[in-house]
Amino acid sequence: MPEVLKAPLVVEFPFTRSLGPVQSAFLTGLRERVVLGVKTTDGRTLVPPVEYDPVTAEEIRELVEVAPTGTVTTWAWNPGPRRGQPLATPFAWALVRLDGADTALLHALDVPGPDAVHTGLRVRVRWAEDRTGAITDIACFEPYDHEGEPARPTDHTGEFEDRITGIVAPARLDYTYSPGRAQSAYITALSEQRTVGERCPSCRKVYVPPRGACPTCGVPTAEQVEVGPRGTVTTFCIVNIKAKNLDIEVPYVYAHIALDGAGLALHGRIGGIPYDKVRMGLRVEPVWTEGARYPDHYRPTGEPDADYDTYKELL
Amino acid sequence: MSKEPVAVVGIGQTKHVAARRDVSIAGLVREAAQRALDDAESTWADIDAVVIGKAPDFFEGVMMPELYLADALGAVGKPMLRVHTAGSVGGSTALVAANLVAARVHGTVLTLAFEKQSESNAMWGLSLPIPFQQPLLAGAGGFFAPHVRAYMRRSGAPDTIGSLVAYKDRRNALKNPYAHLHEHDITLEKVQASPMLWDPIRYSETCPSSDGACAMILTDRAGAARSPRPPAWMLGGAMRSEPTLFAGKDAVSPQAGKDCAADVYRQAGISDPRRDIDAVEMYVPFSWYEPMWLENLGFAAEGEGWKLTESGVTELDGDLPVNMSGGVLSTNPIGASGMIRFAEAALQVRGQAGEHQVDGARRVLGHAYGGGSQFFSMWLVGARPPES
Repeated sequence: MPEVLKAPLVVEFPFTRSLGPVQSAFLTGLRERVVLGVKTTDGRTLVPPVEYDPVTAEEIRELVEVAPTGTVTTWAWNPGPRRGQPLATPFAWALVRLDGADTALLHALDVPGPDAVHTGLRVRVRWAEDRTGAITDIACFEPYDHEGEPARPTDHTGEFEDRITGIVAPARLDYTYSPGRAQSAYITALSEQRTVGERCPSCRKVYVPPRGACPTCGVPTAEQVEVGPRGTVTTFCIVNIKAKNLDIEVPYVYAHIALDGAGLALHGRIGGIPYDKVRMGLRVEPVWTEGARYPDHYRPTGEPDADYDTYKELL
Repeated sequence: MSKEPVAVVGIGQTKHVAARRDVSIAGLVREAAQRALDDAESTWADIDAVVIGKAPDFFEGVMMPELYLADALGAVGKPMLRVHTAGSVGGSTALVAANLVAARVHGTVLTLAFEKQSESNAMWGLSLPIPFQQPLLAGAGGFFAPHVRAYMRRSGAPDTIGSLVAYKDRRNALKNPYAHLHEHDITLEKVQASPMLWDPIRYSETCPSSDGACAMILTDRAGAARSPRPPAWMLGGAMRSEPTLFAGKDAVSPQAGKDCAADVYRQAGISDPRRDIDAVEMYVPFSWYEPMWLENLGFAAEGEGWKLTESGVTELDGDLPVNMSGGVLSTNPIGASGMIRFAEAALQVRGQAGEHQVDGARRVLGHAYGGGSQFFSMWLVGARPPES
């Protein structure tokens, strides 16, 4: 059995967030070294603040300032920090109830080892040097054994100069992608410039690319069948706008191509003919470029056009 | 035991726009939900469960947004669930909520769908570069345009039809205060002169990218009896799916769409949809899908749908108005778009559609599809309760 392919897949995007009134005040506050919470209908103080009361569902907007000191309510040790986490050295993930708050905030706690942290530990905010209006403006928490006045939340307007109204929240997911047995065989055959699909034992249709099963009959497919290399343009559109990340001059023709013997059309670009001369039924063949996994495009073979009835089920 | 009849007693939408930078996602959904509650003259305490829908998580990058939105939707201490069926999700979300009422699991359910497209890029979210695979050579319009050409070939429709649909929908949108696009100076000539993006689809024949939310309050007979305004009654509702690509797929008129409509009509006792249904809100992201869906939904014989469009039957004052609200062509917060179709159908039979009201609309179809014509969801609502 041929090798099943695998490759890393990184999905990454800088999402933007409109903050709304409450998160806007909270994050701008962090930039100014002020931690804000919000009062619920029943008088509790939530830090971090939310826009709607978790109990009554009422809109809540009464902001209060709480202390930058607090108490660890629970924690977990993180022996191997990953990229993008608050600290590069091992640290504790801690829930910290700030003085004046009724709920706890999740953040990193910088301590030398798990023996140095316990529930009830007194801590304080370590502010980041460069603050932009983000949760990372709190670099982390650190132990702080000073006993002071028990802090009470104090009213705050939430007004700041130059308020943050939106943030960029980059997200990244790291996968290992495998196309599976059937597609691996298809891709391996492509490297020899052959197109190999799989025939369904029940309906006899040939799937290109193969999926390892027939979605109509619900049975596994195994019988390999080479199709093409020639085929028929069954339908198409003329692309007049340049797509991002695609180095193709517009206009070009994006077509559905039914390779001879295939049970459904695959997609490709048509070249070697003026874009406005492409038509349904045009007979085409693949054009390969050195080292490419897929045909660069398909070009006319010069055969007479296929009759509509021969491909009307393959649009 | 027969099903509990399901009534729509509250409808709320945000004013759909390109970017709602003034609100968080929570603030956006809250606005629609609060308006639906106000319409029903209900409070959060009247809601027994919340069913929420949106398109893929990658569209905003908030994984499992329903967790974060529980506070904003008054769902704490109540059942809450999220539905996902790509672009049709707004419709299927409403149907999941309706089924909870029909099955007498809950008396009153808040259902809501949203998209805040400005927080991301839907095109990116739909075309992640998968290793070993050939990149898609065209955008969303490029994906659908070959199907439109196939329809034109099959039906012999003249190439003017697409522009007629866009011109109609954009004019209808002018009568809908919640619609995103309000092109006051729209003319047929302008639509026809707009750039051909993915030939045969012109720029003006494509949908915008919107931020918006839509919410409905669904309730049982007892709840409907307390409704301050006329309820809309669900007369039939169904969902169907099929693969995006398979050997034998009819992308022009997918079997799943036909089966879904047939199921709805059977439930509602509709034998001739063209005669028995007064208006349709259908999911038309590219204008040519109007004639295509007219055929798929049984309003015209195969190859004849474009004749209804061309002869003015689908105009607001026509015999079978289609997309009175301006449709997806005028407003497209993707995840919410299906629910907007369902809600606009309900507004019509309640007589609450304002300037885009169709006089005497008694039975109106709401339709949604998504995922490369993979998912279909539809409901038929009426001004009178179903006959049991």
